[in-house]
Amino acid sequence: MKEKIQNIVEQYQSDKTRLMDILWDIHNQYGYISDEAVNQLSDALNMSPPDIRETSSFYHFFHAQPAGKHQIYLSDTVIAKMSNYDEVHTALEKETGCTFGTIDESGTFGLYHTNCIGLSDQEPAMMVDKVVFTNLTTEKIEDIISALKEGKSAEEIANPNQHPHTEVSYIDAMVSTNIQNKGSVFFKKERNYRVILSKCLSSIPEEVIETVLDSNIRGRGGAGFPTGLKWRLCREAEGEEKYVICNADEGEPGTFKDRVLLTRSPKDVLLGMIVCAHAIDSSVGIIYLRAEYWYLKAYLEKQIQEFHDEGLLGKDILGRKDFHFDIRIQMGAGAYVCGDETALIESCEGKRGTPRLKPPYPIQEGYLGQPTSVNNVETFAAVSRIVEKGGAWYKAMGTEASSGTRLLSVSGDCSYPGIYEIEWGMMLNEVLRLVGAKDAKAIQISGPSGECVSALKDGEREFCYSDLSCNGSLMIFNQSRDMLGVVKHFMEFFVDESCGICIPCRAGNVDLLHKVERVIDGKACQQDLDEIVSWGTLVKSTSRCGLGATSPNPILTTLNKFPEIYKKKLVVPKGPLLPSFDMDAALTGHKNAYKILMKEEAE
Amino acid sequence: MKTEITLDGKKIQAQIGKPLIDVASDHGVYIPSLCYMRGKPCLGTCRVCSVRVNGHVMASCTVPVYEGMEVEVDAPDLVDMRKALVEFLFVEGNHNCPSCEKSGRCELQAVGYETGMMVSRFPYRFPVRTRDHASKYIWLERDRCIFCQRCVEFIRDEETGQKIFSIDKRSTHSSIEIDVKLADKMTPKQVKRAADICPVGCIIDKDLGFNKPIGERKYEIKSIKERILKGKTNE
Ligand SMILES: Cc1cc2nc3c(=O)[nH]c(=O)nc-3n(C[C@H](O)[C@H](O)[C@H](O)COP(=O)(O)O)c2cc1C
Ligand code: SF4
Ligand code: SF4
Ligand code: SF4
Repeated sequence: MKEKIQNIVEQYQSDKTRLMDILWDIHNQYGYISDEAVNQLSDALNMSPPDIRETSSFYHFFHAQPAGKHQIYLSDTVIAKMSNYDEVHTALEKETGCTFGTIDESGTFGLYHTNCIGLSDQEPAMMVDKVVFTNLTTEKIEDIISALKEGKSAEEIANPNQHPHTEVSYIDAMVSTNIQNKGSVFFKKERNYRVILSKCLSSIPEEVIETVLDSNIRGRGGAGFPTGLKWRLCREAEGEEKYVICNADEGEPGTFKDRVLLTRSPKDVLLGMIVCAHAIDSSVGIIYLRAEYWYLKAYLEKQIQEFHDEGLLGKDILGRKDFHFDIRIQMGAGAYVCGDETALIESCEGKRGTPRLKPPYPIQEGYLGQPTSVNNVETFAAVSRIVEKGGAWYKAMGTEASSGTRLLSVSGDCSYPGIYEIEWGMMLNEVLRLVGAKDAKAIQISGPSGECVSALKDGEREFCYSDLSCNGSLMIFNQSRDMLGVVKHFMEFFVDESCGICIPCRAGNVDLLHKVERVIDGKACQQDLDEIVSWGTLVKSTSRCGLGATSPNPILTTLNKFPEIYKKKLVVPKGPLLPSFDMDAALTGHKNAYKILMKEEAE
Repeated sequence: MKTEITLDGKKIQAQIGKPLIDVASDHGVYIPSLCYMRGKPCLGTCRVCSVRVNGHVMASCTVPVYEGMEVEVDAPDLVDMRKALVEFLFVEGNHNCPSCEKSGRCELQAVGYETGMMVSRFPYRFPVRTRDHASKYIWLERDRCIFCQRCVEFIRDEETGQKIFSIDKRSTHSSIEIDVKLADKMTPKQVKRAADICPVGCIIDKDLGFNKPIGERKYEIKSIKERILKGKTNE
């Protein structure tokens, strides 16, 4: 083991900023990261062992103890729970012989829950040893687990025709892309990247930035910051090196459009990054890819290699002596908060994903302290079209203030879940018609961090930055769905994913979750609802990053749109005690304590 | 360079780029905080110094002064928010002041007094956390940790620069960890400093325990507010 770890560390020149990669290499070899490994890393990287654990213990997919030869992660989403999640859950426990959160006696299987793995249009879904299985049923589980028991690898089962990992057929063997309609911007076939790039490189960086500004495109990661402005500020910022980072963390439950873009149009994304490198004068690019998308890695690496071979990446790009740019892939390891650009940068530097304080902003001091432009996958793909067709072409689509088109990842109660390209300005009703949502009651826009709207009241609202500024996730719930259950699930998600560094988010979300449980249990009164609003506002306004600033939204927005689902469950206090106060339980506690004390005294 | 900003309706001159929390205290406006230490890099973890800047609630330690700022500190909703955050910190751990070594020199307790906290509006968690006395000089009483990050950022091994304290896991599972090997190399001065900068009684100097009689303890002699307004820090 000593030598193996030595080799791994040397592969990264003992650079502790590459700790994520080092930990992954160890995890991939041994299935977990032992204390022995940590101690050895400690010497090699000049970090104390708890400091290494500070990183490894932060991420969901890094285990500190043996975690099973086959590590199975069932995607735990509200959408899965609307189909046969429960039966799959039971089948998994039955077939593997272990309960969730544990490994079986022989150490063959480890069963775990995990938050959305970006397959909401084909749930229930699970990850087994870095490959995925979708549309699960009891029968499928039986087949998969028995094949694993026979000694087949997960990969052989998922890819029976043995497509090479580097080919799109490998990905297609596992997941569907479900592109339901096509618009003007994305998924164009047979683009001549060489011609587009050489045209772009014939303009000076300032002109390229001008084109992007003209298009009026705003970031697609959620915050909606104007992309051209971000690049201009990054260009103007002083730094020895500048970095381009593509945010492919796609952790918001319900979104999967970045996965589909990376599958169907990876070179659009790469080209967007190269354009950005030219614009801000960078020579290093990173794609931060969530570990849930491991099955895309080899394929993306091949796409990068092809660009190298064609002279669109690497040294002297398209023969220009002053332009060098390389892209590497940084794997995440299971942390929603790492989608936040500053947490993402921390992760790229080998640390736990604590969001940074701002200022300074990434464009001033980002990766390794240098000016960095972090952009979403879709943003880069769109820019690759903007430099081809011009800013005015793009601006002509959408509305005055929200130009262009955007991809929606649609899931839940509708006939055609999948990917849609819509022009900004489209009404919610229209989208619901398009996707075949006939009996919709509630629509969760932008995932748990966004807004829950009512099909009845909000149908006329528009998708645009000033109204429904959707980050791509669109989950549809029909009249029969238990919305309080959905809210509870979303709050559990935030409790789970909080980085825990600031108090309102670390503590407040737990209290908010307990309040929802109290409502569901029929033990809440009006005071509880009032406190939900006041505590939710507190968490939103005092939290350090966007996670805490949005985490109360599931409760606050449903309380606003569907007050009746809460009101129905309220009870009126009898006397001075709150209905949630359990007198018997309180007295039992005293009785038990008394018993224990008396026993101790007698001994 | 100086600029004019508004602080609770009063116009004041302030250095551009200086942390808002310091500017306020230089002008006699005390903003409570539990992680910030004047002159040190801002940690931004406790959020107790939240104020309103141009309509947005922000932690004043994280905000550098800029031109045209309008700052509210004493609006009733803000006063209540700061108090609520302190309450969160109390109920999230286990705090039993009368039996605590840090009582009287504890910043959490002192800030509790300053914000007028009497009881918490949030349910008590009574978490089960294990204490750690493996190191020679330091007793880690995890029940009281508020995850301010001071020890993580400001106490390092003097020889290698490695972290002696670090945070394990995330969210509600977070816990403060100590590297025993490095902790045992700490000089008495460094141990004292670690115990001093810990705003609560989590990092306890094993040799010290209860060192002052009630009535003569740090914040009994002079309140935390008076100290901060005089520009004093913990060090
Ligand atoms: C908790 C949290 C999670 C986020 N997750 C993502 C994500 O998965 N993908 C993404 O592109 N942006 C995400 N963002 C937004 C990023 O911080 C950042 O604004 C974005 O990547 C910038 O790219 P853009 O300008 O192209 O939108 C997240 C933000 C927060 C606060
Ligand atoms: S708001 Fe939540 S995720 Fe963001 S810094 Fe605070 S604890 Fe971490
Ligand atoms: S750490 Fe402070 S608040 Fe906590 S018990 Fe001790 S004195 Fe009280
Ligand atoms: S041990 Fe003390 S100094 Fe360290 S994080 Fe906890 S409260 Fe802060």
